[in-house]
Amino acid sequence: MKPAPFVRHVPRTLDQALAILSQVAGQDGRILAGGQSLVPIMAFRLAKPAHLIDINEVAGLDQLASDGKMLSIGARVRHAAFHAPVADNRLAALLTYVAHHIAHYPIRMRGTFCGSLAHADPASEWCLTAATLGATMIAMSQRGTREIAAKDFFEGIMATALAEDELLAEVRLPLLASDAKFGFYEFNRRAGDFAMASSLVTYRIVDGKIAEARVGVGGAESAPRRITEAETALNGATPDDDAFRAAAEAARDAIDPLEDHQTDAAYRRDLVRAVVRRALEHSLT
Amino acid sequence: MTDKSPLTLTINGRDHAIAVEARRTLADAIREDCGQTGTHIGCEHGICGACTVIVDGEPVRSCLMFAVQAEGRQIRTVEGLADGETLHVMQQAFMDHHGLQCGFCTPGFLMLAVGVLEREPDISDDDLLDVLSSNLCRCTGYQNIIKAVRAAADEMRK
Repeated sequence: MKPAPFVRHVPRTLDQALAILSQVAGQDGRILAGGQSLVPIMAFRLAKPAHLIDINEVAGLDQLASDGKMLSIGARVRHAAFHAPVADNRLAALLTYVAHHIAHYPIRMRGTFCGSLAHADPASEWCLTAATLGATMIAMSQRGTREIAAKDFFEGIMATALAEDELLAEVRLPLLASDAKFGFYEFNRRAGDFAMASSLVTYRIVDGKIAEARVGVGGAESAPRRITEAETALNGATPDDDAFRAAAEAARDAIDPLEDHQTDAAYRRDLVRAVVRRALEHSLT
Repeated sequence: MTDKSPLTLTINGRDHAIAVEARRTLADAIREDCGQTGTHIGCEHGICGACTVIVDGEPVRSCLMFAVQAEGRQIRTVEGLADGETLHVMQQAFMDHHGLQCGFCTPGFLMLAVGVLEREPDISDDDLLDVLSSNLCRCTGYQNIIKAVRAAADEMRK
């Protein structure tokens, strides 16, 4: 249970980090941010990176800023930064609620928002959040900077659109309307464990009807995504139990369920139905 | 890449000059290189919390940090809780409420609870319960740990 040997690089600036990354990316070089997912898989020797670029000393990566439209989250912003709302916006309330479901307190002290996205565990709360809200990923390398939409970013289990020499330098989340509703629910067998299914929903109520519904499902497929069928079931409907049940059943039917030793496809579908309905019920509390 | 680099770790206010590989976890360095064996190692992948220490005021898993990342930081371990013969209120509360049996998980629980309560003295009871779900105990069934931490929290708020 000891990580394999590696060379540690400690850049002090973003330019230095990108320069080192471009040099060692081809030799299994990886970014080390919070390390709360990477170090465990190194302990198991599932990952044996030859080089680690530790970005904990890079100046400026801990920025958390809002321009009135988007919230920008730097590469080293820890989960714990969201323990209390980071802005005067419904998005901040949503992030605080979701953050408290991530692993455990000491893990949240170290783990980072962007690191979770780059790691792309299907059960990740932040990956679900990014997919549901339509985050924009800012990928930087020595070749330049590009923006990647959340729908194009997650490519499968621990697989993203990031090239090996790219650093996920920042993620931008759109702020929510002041009357936005949100709900979140995840199912796991022990507190803090990986979610076996999770759902995040947002919508507004216009003239008594649901509008602009977003229904995200995580932990159930190889990557989190919005479920259009469930959103269609909600938009224009009265926010009540009938609409919530219909959306939950639509999500259940729409997914391509992951299977593992403790969860077969039928059970995963049933979990998805339950978490979507409970997330919707949470939105009214 | 298996070369050892010189490094100074500051544990409970005392400097330890050591030499470790980059892959050395903070937990191993604290125990093996600095001889401070009060910090325990259970799962070595961040699940059990036995190795919880306080780094620059933050309770963290020392098995998920590399020792080289802790240079220049203030590390606190269970050895630093008591003041001479006088136990920290958290330690005393664990004794008073029978919050330990075998004691293996105790250093981690103590550093977790002290670390969180120093950061958030007015943390709600529900949130405190959630915090205590961070660490594993295989003996006590948690109720006495919860009682001990609640009692110490009241004491620490005075």
